[in-house]
Amino acid sequence: MVTVIHPNLEDTDAKMSARGVSVYYGDKKAIDDVSIDIPTKYVTAFIGPSGCGKSTFLRTLNRMNDTIPSARVEGEVTLDGEDIYRSKMDVVQLRARVGMVFQKPNPFPKSIYDNVAYGPKIHGLATGKTELDEVVEKSLRRAGLWNEVKDRLEDSGTALSGGQQQRLCIARAIAVDPEVILMDEPCSALDPIATAKIEELIDELNGHYAIVIVTHSMQQAARVSQRTAFFHLGKVVEYGRTSDIFTTPLEERTKDYITGRYG
Amino acid sequence: MSPVILLVLALGLGLAGWLAARARAWTFKRDAANGRIAALPNYHAWYVALWIVIPVMMFIALWSIISPQLVTQSVLASPAAAELPAFGFQRDSIMSEARAVASGSARAVFNEEAAGLVEPYRAAISQYNIIGVLSTLVIAFLTGVWSFLRVKPDFAARTRVERAVMIILLLASLVAILTTLGIVVSLVFETVRFFGMVSPMDFLFGTQWGPDPMSNPDNPDGSRYGAIPLFWGTIFIGAIIAMIVAIPLGLMSAIYLTQYAQPRLRAWIKPALEILAGVPTVVYGYFAALTVAPAIRDWATAIGISNASSESALAAGVVMGVMIIPFVSSMADDSIAAVPQDMRDGSLAMGATKSETIRRVLVPAALPGIVAGVMLAVSRAIGETMIVVMAAGAAANLSGNPLEAMTTVTFQIVAMLTGEGSFDHPATLSAFALGFVLFMVTLGLNFIALRVVKRFREAYD
Amino acid sequence: MTELSASPPAADGPSTPARRAPTRTPEFEARLKKRYAAERRFKLAGLSAILFSVGVLAFLLITMTINGIGGFQRAEMNVPIDFTEAGLIADPVAMAQPGAAQTLEAQGLPAIVEFFAEEQLGAAAADEISDTAWRLVADEIMADPAILNGTVTLSLPASPNLAAGLAGEGSDEMKALAARLVADGKLETKFDAGFLQRADATDPQQVGIWGALKGSMLTMFVTLILAFPIGVMAALYLEEYAPKNRWTDLIEVSVNNLAAVPSIIFGLLGLAVFLWLFPNMRSAPLIGGMTLALMTMPVIVISGRNAIKAVPPSIRDGALAIGASQVQVVFHHVLPLALPGILTGTIIGMARALGETAPLLMIGMRAFVATPPDGFTSPATVLPVQIFLWSDEIDRGFVERTSAAIIVLLIFLLLMNGLAIYLRNRFEKKW
Repeated sequence: MVTVIHPNLEDTDAKMSARGVSVYYGDKKAIDDVSIDIPTKYVTAFIGPSGCGKSTFLRTLNRMNDTIPSARVEGEVTLDGEDIYRSKMDVVQLRARVGMVFQKPNPFPKSIYDNVAYGPKIHGLATGKTELDEVVEKSLRRAGLWNEVKDRLEDSGTALSGGQQQRLCIARAIAVDPEVILMDEPCSALDPIATAKIEELIDELNGHYAIVIVTHSMQQAARVSQRTAFFHLGKVVEYGRTSDIFTTPLEERTKDYITGRYG
Repeated sequence: MSPVILLVLALGLGLAGWLAARARAWTFKRDAANGRIAALPNYHAWYVALWIVIPVMMFIALWSIISPQLVTQSVLASPAAAELPAFGFQRDSIMSEARAVASGSARAVFNEEAAGLVEPYRAAISQYNIIGVLSTLVIAFLTGVWSFLRVKPDFAARTRVERAVMIILLLASLVAILTTLGIVVSLVFETVRFFGMVSPMDFLFGTQWGPDPMSNPDNPDGSRYGAIPLFWGTIFIGAIIAMIVAIPLGLMSAIYLTQYAQPRLRAWIKPALEILAGVPTVVYGYFAALTVAPAIRDWATAIGISNASSESALAAGVVMGVMIIPFVSSMADDSIAAVPQDMRDGSLAMGATKSETIRRVLVPAALPGIVAGVMLAVSRAIGETMIVVMAAGAAANLSGNPLEAMTTVTFQIVAMLTGEGSFDHPATLSAFALGFVLFMVTLGLNFIALRVVKRFREAYD
Repeated sequence: MTELSASPPAADGPSTPARRAPTRTPEFEARLKKRYAAERRFKLAGLSAILFSVGVLAFLLITMTINGIGGFQRAEMNVPIDFTEAGLIADPVAMAQPGAAQTLEAQGLPAIVEFFAEEQLGAAAADEISDTAWRLVADEIMADPAILNGTVTLSLPASPNLAAGLAGEGSDEMKALAARLVADGKLETKFDAGFLQRADATDPQQVGIWGALKGSMLTMFVTLILAFPIGVMAALYLEEYAPKNRWTDLIEVSVNNLAAVPSIIFGLLGLAVFLWLFPNMRSAPLIGGMTLALMTMPVIVISGRNAIKAVPPSIRDGALAIGASQVQVVFHHVLPLALPGILTGTIIGMARALGETAPLLMIGMRAFVATPPDGFTSPATVLPVQIFLWSDEIDRGFVERTSAAIIVLLIFLLLMNGLAIYLRNRFEKKW
């Protein structure tokens, strides 16, 4: 079936776009013929019931599915017009341009400083202590964590609270100066206060990076995103402005999900 | 009479008791008002059987220890023994010859003096055999009848039997403590005796090792019992050379197997590494002595080193290292696998290559487990005996040259205990002192390693 | 280990991150190439490590096999003996008695053998027939007294010197003699089935491993019947019944420590305790078995505990809910399900015990034992100790025999480990 796309979508550059993407785990089809655009300046939310492929599709955008042996991707995914699966684009480079924040915060068992400095170091983006210090400070400020940790940068990253750890992971992703940030249910492991802080952060980051956020919570999608795609059983049923999707859904299934008929 | 026959006798009596008790319980069951008695007939049967077999087995164990002494005493008291020397090696050998003939395991004696002792031995042996069998029967009868009489319809046989089973299980577990205690006590006892003859300072800090088992035991030359060359040899071969081989190879093997290898390759390599671990150390030792050591010597001569010996620390160390690779590899494997996948994903998602992820994230995260694995491997290496006995040499050498022969603690333990020396000589006792040091060191290493692993596991749970 | 040290950051030019695309600069691409090169080197290092380890194993096995094949053969001379001229008397009844060999010896059999050897092969060759060759002839006669009615060509073992000469070593005189006899068809290397049936000897042509094999089997038997019940019972207690207190912790710690104690320490324990209790049984399989049992028991306990832990609590709950007692739950439900795992661990522990040498050296099994043991209390040796003793021998002929013995030992171990793996794969249930 074809994705129903709402009107009134301003013409904005598509940072990434997917055309006819299907993902197979062995013989099982997890994603079926998805075609959508990820705009440059907005936050795009993927919503839908569990197990319908939102995270799987998210992972195709930075080729993290490559790490799963039985996964197979068909179709085209482009970043600035280049197909990331078939062109000469290197996966390491891709992942430096398309960063990811995971559902469960996963700081490295290193110091806070080293966590953030890891990316710039391996990619050679900053050399020497002064430059690294700058990058670390900038990233932590952007992630809203600087004031809380500036006096204890040598402490272990795992010693922070859950919300702080997640912000650390966001700082880590920012430190390599990506163009797109993918977030896979970033708040599902956090308490409401930490969640609110992260959502604030997403608002601030909005406009600097193209952000895609997978979320279980429709309220969260409504709060932080400007575009929303509704996934169901591996397909994108509907895509449009967040306000349009939530106030005037065009598909029956979308309406049922939004009104809580099924979860 | 071998203990086996007595054992079979005991089991047979137990079986008889079992059948009798079961029959009796069946009659109770038949006669009982509602066909129910306190416990199933089988449990009554087991109750009686246990009460017969256990006391009898305890008696048999005791008897097999004390009856040879009783036989010896009786023979010594007989007139034919009057001409024997009062003590010593000769007396022992004459007596053991006579005993061998009397019990049928040898056909004739070499020593004429032994011939006269054969008859007293035969008489004593059969006398004590009869006493043993009779005692067994009496004990079995007494315990069997007593327990049989307790079999009644309302007797809670099952509870008793189950309690007995629990006690047996508990005793089985205590064997471990008993063994550890046995090791500690016997080592400490002999070590203390040793330190009564040679001062601990001489032993632990002396640098000359050359005990003479034939020397006068009353006046030992403490300076010949300096164990430092042995400690050094052990460390040099087991903790240095072997680890230089085993750590890189083991770690890189584990990394490749867990992170890079195709499943098919892994399916072949893992068993191969297990085989490597399963080859007996005597085979490794032979390989080291036959192939590796001469090859090293030839290679050394070829590049101009003239005095390489044919038994070298390097040969023993390298082969030992190869033997230890599977241990290091398996512990590293477990540790790296214990690092949560999220961490690997987190690093890959930032655009790190696989090797960067392994080197900078996984290995540092798995480091405590890997270090613990190395400590366990070192503990294994320094306790290893056969490879060094066959390839390293007896020379107590305090040198840093791996091409020289060197001896280790384990080698000397074997050497001191398989010579001609008597059991009271300090040379023989020094083996126990060395064993004690070895035991303490390996215990310490294992303890620290396990603590590290435990704390490390907790950090990830 | 060059790969474990961090590669220094590339000295790219001004690396202030350009706002738009820091990861699209040529410096980044160049650095990326280096990073991939490092990745390839790292992967290669890992593969090399594995190949080296497996290579050493293969080399060891191949060397042993090549050397060992010769150990299953020996140099034998064909000697035709015309018994009709010998004048030996051997009636079938007498030949069936023990001591028949002695009667034949008394009749002059050794001299007869020597005579025919000299006649047929020459004096020099006759000297090189093994001294105990006549025993083989006696065995043949005892097996079939009818051969005394004709001429029979028997294959008799050569002396170690001649065997060395045949192999191309030793004195020139022997080499020449061997060459001549081979050319005449009188000397050849034959498959030596007796290797598996004879016991230890000083002559490498005459040694066999049966004595050591029987000793190993007896010792393993003792080890098994002691270690298995105690190990399983201890594992059951620790997993099912033990309360969580300090005593239980102590037992656990003891078991884990014992599993890691070097095997030679158990030898010292055996020497100090078992030989003190049973001073007459030095080098008996009973003592050796007890010592090895103490060493194997912790291994069985640990693997037993793992097998028992793997049985899901739902099974226990189900049995308890029906009203089974604790003992019944364990013996009727848990133990049968855990048994394959326990057996696997036991077999692996026994395989380790089979290959152990050091503890048995301590309790005296290093003596020269020329006849196979009669029972559990007679002097014996085991296969790994036999290998060790032969490895010390100077005679070149022993090298092949030792390697052959190693092959036999490895085959046994392979069978045992194979059995354990088969059991594990066949019966292991994934809950």
